[in-house]
Amino acid sequence: MSGFDKVVPDYATALDGLRDNMTIIAGGFGLCGIPEGCIARIKQMGTKGLTVVSNNCGVDGFGLGILLEDRQIKKMVSSYVGENALFEQQLLAGELEVELTPQGTLAEKMRAGGAGIPAFYTATGYGTPVGEGKEVREFNGRQYILEQAIRGDFAIVKGWKADRYGNVVYRHTAQNFNPMAATAGQITVVEVEEIVEPGELDPTQIHTPGIYVDRLIQGSFEKRIEQRTVRTA
Amino acid sequence: MALTREQLAMRVARELQDGYYVNLGIGIPTLVANYVPAGMAVMLQSENGLLGMGPFPTEAQVDADMINAGKQTVTAVTGASIFSSVESFAMIRGGHVDLTVLGAFEVDVHGNIASWMIPGKLVKGMGGAMDLVAGADNIIVTMTHASKNGESKLLPQCTLPLTGAACIRKVVTDLAYVEIAGGSFHLKERAPGVSVDEIVAKTAGEMTVPEVVPEMTF
Repeated sequence: MSGFDKVVPDYATALDGLRDNMTIIAGGFGLCGIPEGCIARIKQMGTKGLTVVSNNCGVDGFGLGILLEDRQIKKMVSSYVGENALFEQQLLAGELEVELTPQGTLAEKMRAGGAGIPAFYTATGYGTPVGEGKEVREFNGRQYILEQAIRGDFAIVKGWKADRYGNVVYRHTAQNFNPMAATAGQITVVEVEEIVEPGELDPTQIHTPGIYVDRLIQGSFEKRIEQRTVRTA
Repeated sequence: MALTREQLAMRVARELQDGYYVNLGIGIPTLVANYVPAGMAVMLQSENGLLGMGPFPTEAQVDADMINAGKQTVTAVTGASIFSSVESFAMIRGGHVDLTVLGAFEVDVHGNIASWMIPGKLVKGMGGAMDLVAGADNIIVTMTHASKNGESKLLPQCTLPLTGAACIRKVVTDLAYVEIAGGSFHLKERAPGVSVDEIVAKTAGEMTVPEVVPEMTF
């Protein structure tokens, strides 16, 4: 490893420095484009008291859902949760805190966090429970609420291909929250299906430039499907 | 007769225009895609980051990296684009989507909508619904006119926590097509065989009824 080479040899190195009570920003939508290897490693590490910022919290036995099994998550910041019985159980028992955040606001919070913007105004959530207690300001006759950016101690991201310098491309809708998550971590860990040499990816097609990426690791992925819907040929 | 789910979707589909970019919510709104008039091109936006959503894949086409906002496996049509969540919501919040169709628990005469939270029941989240109703200019709400117990869902004031304030102007229910303006529901069309009296009786909010209310035809 030298210079711009971001490749690390194993998940232990990729998540070195992760401690109890840290905030993790995770890419993924449902089970699509989730950093499976990082999640498995966090489960293995047994890190507790985590705040996890992710659109969803996986399902029972897969995705972020496995971090509920040993009560590693203290708080979720998500737009939609509860696809798992364990989540519901811990929520109702008061063992798990949830900050429900509109999906677009969640994406924008990550983007703003990564872009050095501390807060932004949005019409989303005005007049709803989401807007309660938040600063309201009128622009051009319309009411907006102030939402604060999010940054994480770690960001865990799933890409398709990356070169050793950490330039990442995502595949299809597995992109989702991953590019924003990548910008918003103090330490950003990206796991990909294939690592290539610099120059092999077209610079004009890069989704996440390597400047955002601290650690890059080759993963292997189950890619479980949440709702398998098909039509007859 | 009250409209079936399919008829409801068919009625909504009449609001489509050639070249529209459309976001369809889960449930009845999704069915609207089945009734795009022949010769008309619309592109479906799925808020997880897909513009140009196609039909479900065949078994051979199934791809775990290709899903819609309902987490179902889907395909992309020719000319589709795929992007990040922030880009997707820039389209939505920036008012670039021509038509949004979504379900609701309640709407009221002020155009407020409640669709995501019933106090005392487990709240799973709003997903993208708050962004959609805040960002879109042209929204159609689809729902049944009254609950199974006969309680009206078209109210003087929403009782449930809101998804968005003063943002709804069009509602298609199983009984009627209603527009919201000036603090009143305006009855525009009625389902075949459904009387104006029945609609008025099942509408708790103030309703403005013109002399002639055309019957929908299918």
